[in-house]
Amino acid sequence: MKIRKGLSRRQFIQQASLSGIALTLGFSPNQKSEVSIINAHMPAQTGTELMAWISIDKSGKVTIMNHRSEMGQGTFQAIPQMIAEELEVNLNQVTILFAPSHPKKYGPQPQEGSFSVRGWYKQLLQVGASAREMLISVAAKRWNAAPSDCYASNGQVIHKPSGQTLSYGLLVEEAITLTPPQNVPLKSRQAYKLIGKSLPRQDIPVKINGTAQFGLDKKLPGMLYAVVERNPRFRGKVKRFDDSKTKTIAGVKRVFTVQRAVFGSLFEGVAVVADSLWAAMKGRHVLVVEWDDSNFDHPDSEQLATQMRENLKKPGASPQFEAAFQTATQKLEAVYETPYQSHSCMEPLNCIAHVQDNRIDIWGPIQEANWIQADLSERMGVPKENVTVNMTFLGGGFGRKGFPDYPHEAALISKAMKAPVQVMWTREDDMSVGPFRPGGFYACKGGLDTEGRIHAFQTITASQWFWEDWSPNPYPDPKPLEYNKGNLDGMPGPYCKAIPHYSFGGVGTRSPIPVMWWRAPGACTAGFAGESFIDELAHLSGQDPIDFRRAHLPDKRYQALLDQLEAVSHWKSRGKKAGWGVAITECFGGICGHIVQVSRKSDGKLKIDKVIALMDCGWYVNPDIIRAQVEGSIIMGLGAAIKHATTFKDGKAVHQNFNTYEMPRITDTPEIEVHIMENDEPAGGVGEPGLPPFAPALCNAIFDLTGKRIRTLPFRLDEV
Amino acid sequence: MPLFHLSINGKKYTVNADAQMPLLWVIRELVGLTGTKYGCGIAQCGACTVHLKGPPIRSCSFPVSAVSNQPITTIEGISKDNSHPVQKAWIAEQVPQCGYCQSGQIMSAVALLRDNPHPTDDDIDAAMQGNICRCGTYPRIRKAIKTAAGTLPKTNGQ
Repeated sequence: MKIRKGLSRRQFIQQASLSGIALTLGFSPNQKSEVSIINAHMPAQTGTELMAWISIDKSGKVTIMNHRSEMGQGTFQAIPQMIAEELEVNLNQVTILFAPSHPKKYGPQPQEGSFSVRGWYKQLLQVGASAREMLISVAAKRWNAAPSDCYASNGQVIHKPSGQTLSYGLLVEEAITLTPPQNVPLKSRQAYKLIGKSLPRQDIPVKINGTAQFGLDKKLPGMLYAVVERNPRFRGKVKRFDDSKTKTIAGVKRVFTVQRAVFGSLFEGVAVVADSLWAAMKGRHVLVVEWDDSNFDHPDSEQLATQMRENLKKPGASPQFEAAFQTATQKLEAVYETPYQSHSCMEPLNCIAHVQDNRIDIWGPIQEANWIQADLSERMGVPKENVTVNMTFLGGGFGRKGFPDYPHEAALISKAMKAPVQVMWTREDDMSVGPFRPGGFYACKGGLDTEGRIHAFQTITASQWFWEDWSPNPYPDPKPLEYNKGNLDGMPGPYCKAIPHYSFGGVGTRSPIPVMWWRAPGACTAGFAGESFIDELAHLSGQDPIDFRRAHLPDKRYQALLDQLEAVSHWKSRGKKAGWGVAITECFGGICGHIVQVSRKSDGKLKIDKVIALMDCGWYVNPDIIRAQVEGSIIMGLGAAIKHATTFKDGKAVHQNFNTYEMPRITDTPEIEVHIMENDEPAGGVGEPGLPPFAPALCNAIFDLTGKRIRTLPFRLDEV
Repeated sequence: MPLFHLSINGKKYTVNADAQMPLLWVIRELVGLTGTKYGCGIAQCGACTVHLKGPPIRSCSFPVSAVSNQPITTIEGISKDNSHPVQKAWIAEQVPQCGYCQSGQIMSAVALLRDNPHPTDDDIDAAMQGNICRCGTYPRIRKAIKTAAGTLPKTNGQ
């Protein structure tokens, strides 16, 4: 039963916290239309909503809303695990539901920057604690007891002196009439019953029997299906199309030009809409589209590489740095090159849109519910409160499903058809249409002093910056980044303190290729350059690579990480027949070190024997999810290092499917061992920081074994 | 369009479909069993794996007309209550992340263990290399197959 008490019940608590976001208590007037249950197996939310995340019914059944998208990273488990801890309920008493986009109620919901836990954990703990205290005060009142004589456990309040108990279900309706207490003291880490434990993920049972509902599995009554032939050179316009054969396919309803916004540009395609997916696909197969690709370049990968190499020379020498560099005893210069990549989530992009008079409903695998809600509102001229974005499970995200282009396109198609429409991207669409992770090229310069310490260190980056693409021009001419500002992505911060002359520069590269973020953006390419080059300097100085890093990372947290990495890997007692490489990167609040071990097989070919990872993400919720994320990051990093790259020919992406864009498979999987640092640091990111160290640690290991330095990704392991 | 009589998870279905329509789309769109996934459409990723009279096939590249009267098993036919030894092992080892590829992974693993109850590492690699997992759950898939090894009932059917 829902208790509605009117708007006067709507209250906010202002959390005295990092961000000061407002958490809505009570109810939201639009809640009924906005909450939707995406997974068919799950019961509907019932009971009284005590706080934005928490509903409790009379029988004491608790529902906790997960307001974050679940793309494999485990927030479906981690968010409720945090709330349940302070609420004092067991997770097996709890039903977890996806919450739709509702920033007023849940605060920001984007799924990026490994932010789900680290961004909001203090507020989420406070939500659970505040709700618990409200339930305790109701029970105390009923018993005429002091709240301090009562405590909560296992979904009930217990009166210590008498041993009496009251279930949350019997207290909730009264509890919502109370003003939520603020700044409730949170439990100490030692008192946690759920947090810090490897509790089994609540989403796994539905992911092993076919019942988990992903975007492509969602169906609506009367829904039409669309596939879209998009411009293969991205920015071309539809000159004309011949749909005469398409229209002969039974079930095809309409064929028309459609757009989708990619940053500041509108990209074009031709939509084939039918009453079944198969008819739409068949119709597209015989569609002929003629494109006008006359207003922009059609680059090959080699041209892009040449441009980037030229751009590396553009920022010009900083006189100060050059003077310092010249005084170094030993000098080294190297250029590192990384390619473009496709996200290639296992679930290709897809989206259902239902556009009606003054309302838009979206269902799909969505990483950026708030942005999509705001973007659709603006582009389609529908008030934001009339745009509902519902999240299904995501079959992978990696940043790509955090971009509003595919819902925009679906909304335009639905509007034209006056019906709900599911737009499916084929694997070829998903892999070849972009936006892609941009390639990054890095020119590194380093000099050592007489004691073998780094005296001067510089990195110039040439890449495509996605933010330049907000310009409405076909594509902009990027300006060089301000010199000596910022840090190299992924590079451990303390290097800045230890190296007397530390310098950065960068210049964007002009290209029509659409680019965006990918798992561990920036760090996934720059980390390769930075940590490879540090290794080169370590060898130049004749020092052990871990000792060399220790000398240049004067920070307690890093010193502890290096000690632990050395200990868990038995670094000092390593044998001579294997090559060992180390790399440490920092991004999104997480620090991760990898040690990769390589050797030669009997046929002389290289193999990766083992990867040992040590993650320092500070305060954490579920260690097994952290291990899973790091294992997965290593496999994804391995793919980008030695398996695949997106290349371009005549302005089009060459690789369209897994037959040529080779993915890491079980046969490529080395033994992986993941360790987690225990410390009192605040929560850091988990989903991304485990990826960047892999490629440099691998190449450093190969150097250790073979003396061969690899500076260009990807490379073939069996050819080294 | 011709009519096809299919037996899926022991249940009979009659569908009206193009002869060349891939079995994947028949299962998902016409029969309505959405546990079997589309990943590549060219038999490269294994997300669409189902059993056809026992052995695993890539349903995205298998025309419905080639099924004839052979029984089909999809992920939904493995067990609804997660009681199959492979499903239990998948829970024990906490295998899935995003979960999208896992129906296919499980179908390949079930077929492997049915034919070879005690697979070696090489046997596991050979049987599972056709299934891509972008989340990188491979280390756990290996462990889970070993956990499930030897625990499958002898007569595990279609």
